[in-house]
Amino acid sequence: MSARDVILARVRAAVEGVPDVEIPRSYRGPEPATDGLVDLLADRVRDYKAVVHVVEEAGVAALVADSLAARGVRRLVVPEGFPETWLPSGGFERIGDEPRLSAADLDTADGILTTCAVAVAETGTIVLDAGEGQGRRALTLLPDYHLCVVRQDQIESGVPGAVARLDPARPLTWISGPSATSDIELNRVEGVHGPRTLEVVVVTSG
Amino acid sequence: MSRTFLGMPGTVSMMGYSGKETFPENAAKAVRNSQLRFNLRKATGTIRGRRASVVGELPDWPDLRQAGKAIKDHTLRNLDTYLVRLEEAVTKAGGHVHWARDAAEANRIVTDLVKATGETQVVKVKSMATQEIGLNEALHAEGITAYETDLAELIVQLGDDWPSHILVPAIHRNRSEIREIFVRHMSEWGRPAPERLTDEPAALAEAARLHLRERFLATKVAISGANFMVAETGTLVVLESEGNGRMCLTLPETLISVVGIEKLVPTWRDLEVFLQLLPRSSTGERMNPYTSMWTGATEGQEFHLVLLDNGRTGVLADDLGRQALRCIRCSACLNVCPVYERSGGHAYGSVYPGPIGAILTPQLRGMGSELDRSLPYASSLCGACYEVCPVAIDIPSVLIELRGRSRHPVAERAGMAAAGWVFKRQGRLARAQRMGGRMRRLVPKRLPGPLGGWTDTRDLPAIPKESFRDWWNRTDGGAR
Amino acid sequence: MRVALFITCVNDTLFPDTGKAVVTLLRRLGVDVDFPEAQTCCGQMHLNTGYRAEGVRLADRFVTVFRGYDAVVVPSGSCGAMVREQYPRLADGGAFPGAVAEAVADTVPHVYDLSEFLVDVLGVTDVGAYFPHRVTYHPTCHSLRGLRLGDRPRRLLEQVRGLELVPLAGAEECCGFGGTFAVKNPDISAAMCGDKVRNVLDTGAEVLCAADNSCLMHIGGTLTRQKAGVRVMHLAEILASTEPGDAREREESR
Repeated sequence: MSARDVILARVRAAVEGVPDVEIPRSYRGPEPATDGLVDLLADRVRDYKAVVHVVEEAGVAALVADSLAARGVRRLVVPEGFPETWLPSGGFERIGDEPRLSAADLDTADGILTTCAVAVAETGTIVLDAGEGQGRRALTLLPDYHLCVVRQDQIESGVPGAVARLDPARPLTWISGPSATSDIELNRVEGVHGPRTLEVVVVTSG
Repeated sequence: MSRTFLGMPGTVSMMGYSGKETFPENAAKAVRNSQLRFNLRKATGTIRGRRASVVGELPDWPDLRQAGKAIKDHTLRNLDTYLVRLEEAVTKAGGHVHWARDAAEANRIVTDLVKATGETQVVKVKSMATQEIGLNEALHAEGITAYETDLAELIVQLGDDWPSHILVPAIHRNRSEIREIFVRHMSEWGRPAPERLTDEPAALAEAARLHLRERFLATKVAISGANFMVAETGTLVVLESEGNGRMCLTLPETLISVVGIEKLVPTWRDLEVFLQLLPRSSTGERMNPYTSMWTGATEGQEFHLVLLDNGRTGVLADDLGRQALRCIRCSACLNVCPVYERSGGHAYGSVYPGPIGAILTPQLRGMGSELDRSLPYASSLCGACYEVCPVAIDIPSVLIELRGRSRHPVAERAGMAAAGWVFKRQGRLARAQRMGGRMRRLVPKRLPGPLGGWTDTRDLPAIPKESFRDWWNRTDGGAR
Repeated sequence: MRVALFITCVNDTLFPDTGKAVVTLLRRLGVDVDFPEAQTCCGQMHLNTGYRAEGVRLADRFVTVFRGYDAVVVPSGSCGAMVREQYPRLADGGAFPGAVAEAVADTVPHVYDLSEFLVDVLGVTDVGAYFPHRVTYHPTCHSLRGLRLGDRPRRLLEQVRGLELVPLAGAEECCGFGGTFAVKNPDISAAMCGDKVRNVLDTGAEVLCAADNSCLMHIGGTLTRQKAGVRVMHLAEILASTEPGDAREREESR
């Protein structure tokens, strides 16, 4: 018998006659969006020591320009599909991922600018699914600075709403603040291998 | 049950423990280590408060806990179905699925996969399963070097140490000890520690970043575990904090994930429960910094999944003990346990320490050794572990059940039999009480044999002249 | 209402004053309490140490002795939790023959910790006690997480005249007794008790109170070994205390 058949046979023998159980789902499921979600998301992202801005659509490009200037970002990776209207007209060197950047190239970039797929207000999380304006996973990993633009209609109140909106077939990265560790005396320290600075721009649809 | 390898077999020397010593013997040494006591008290105290605060934020925590428990029970009941479904989904998405009955088979599969790439170096994401099977040692024997990339695992690897906690394997080390390890040993493994390294946690994290950066960019094979596998979609999930996981999962050309068969959940939707339960229970955060989810071969990567049994089906066959397989390795039970806080993780002689280790290790490894027989007694049955467990594993009940299955010492058996005989008739109890009352002045200050453990640090209560029942009879319940 | 006292073997043998206090207190509140003499031990020591067969026999004995009472009052959190938590679990696991399992199902719902009986059944929190001392309360694990006594003991203590109740840091943490744990893992047990004692001393209390004499025997044994000058008292003994002037009334009530 193959290892597969042996393990499956062991499992079947082990659970034979064991009653099955119903799964109670009395916890909060997806909830409709409310006006408070923008503020809740902003607060919860700030709790992770990330920088958060809330702006209207018309102000995004100017805010992005200010943020890049404030950080001194020159070489900025901008993935395919990032909305041109959110991009400042100049002041930085725009790097695309086609042809694919090598890991070493990416490592020399000053920052990465992306959209996201979903955000979770309650946990202060943004989720990237490698879709339009987000690029492949390594893009938001190697540069030390990640600037992410979130649209208000992408904000879910809790985790169940986000899970329901995401497509498991895509590679997903849930990001809650900058990279951090709690490995030294269980104290949280921001900034290890991933981007040490996370900046989030929430675009209100008002 | 055959003996299952759990990373720390009884013959391996670890941290001054021979591995043959029992939990009480190991713990007796640990309680005298004031540095260890200080480090553990500080760390567990911090995390308890954080967990309590973020768990208290969720009004539906008890509902999530019940759902988490039920999802796992349902999965375990139908594990064969879901394993096959997972295999189909992963394969359909371009991944390769391998099955390993035990540690040796898993190690051989992984070693062969690495060899097939022609590489001699691999980077690793922190994984309990690969620790459990001793993968690093197995790779080393075949000329392959495994580099741990999680900060705590790095501390353990550089310090030639053993992990002492599920989530934070270097919890027994404080910042100055970590600095010392970095300064002394980083150069043996790669880029040396920065000059004039301080013991500020931020500086230590920066040192780890610099030490591993080149390694991440250059290494072509990565090995991981997974927190969850979704049968329905074939998706694997890894929760982490530092970004070392993303580095390993994303950059190398080949990814090999070694995952215990109990890590399954049936559907995509089930993640909505566990992504709430796990981070809040483990690091006490609303969400951990990074969670990666991938399905099959992703972004051009070669992907292999090794499904590991290694004793799990034996645990699954046990009606009471199988609930230990619900465990999502959050380590909340360790952090809250008053015994763990004082003994540290090494005393348990297994990669799974603390309350969950005390029920998992004897079930996986059997109770053939003195150490493993002593583990179910490494608890005062205070119940704090059960209360915080996000999947409601009734650890005290399983401990009691396991106690009933192990061999007891001769003197204890005699004592228990005598007590049982006395309690069988109230007359015997009354006579024993009267004898105790008459001899009460003769009780020594220090008790003999194993009972001496009591009188070493505590006085005995004064034995009363008259028992309650004799008083009741003499006074007609106090009426006379 | 037919009320029985399950004194517990530890209290019966080593702490008869606790039993006398329960009787005094309940009589003062107008409850006539019965002491079924056939009682011995709930089986906790055997069951928790892995001697199932002996433990099951003692559980059988317990339900035989106490079946039919409207209330069985237990002045011990761990013995109460053993009966209320473990007996039904043993029954579910098929440990008892059918008739005994029925007796378990009949008896267990009538088993109350003393504080539950006072607060929930009798509906009193002011039991007319007087105890002019600084007291701190240790909730004990099985009272807290087993029986879930919650704030009942605190509410009772708060109503005691003259009593100053001071909070205990780390109150919910185990004192390290754990029955045979104290003997099998003496070093860890002593380390746990050391921290408990430090917290107790930090309160500046004269008296450490709990609803379980086993834990008090452990903490108290450490306190006296350290000549710490803090005494331990069971909740029942504090609640039974009255002003000197009330002594006659107490005598009459006997």
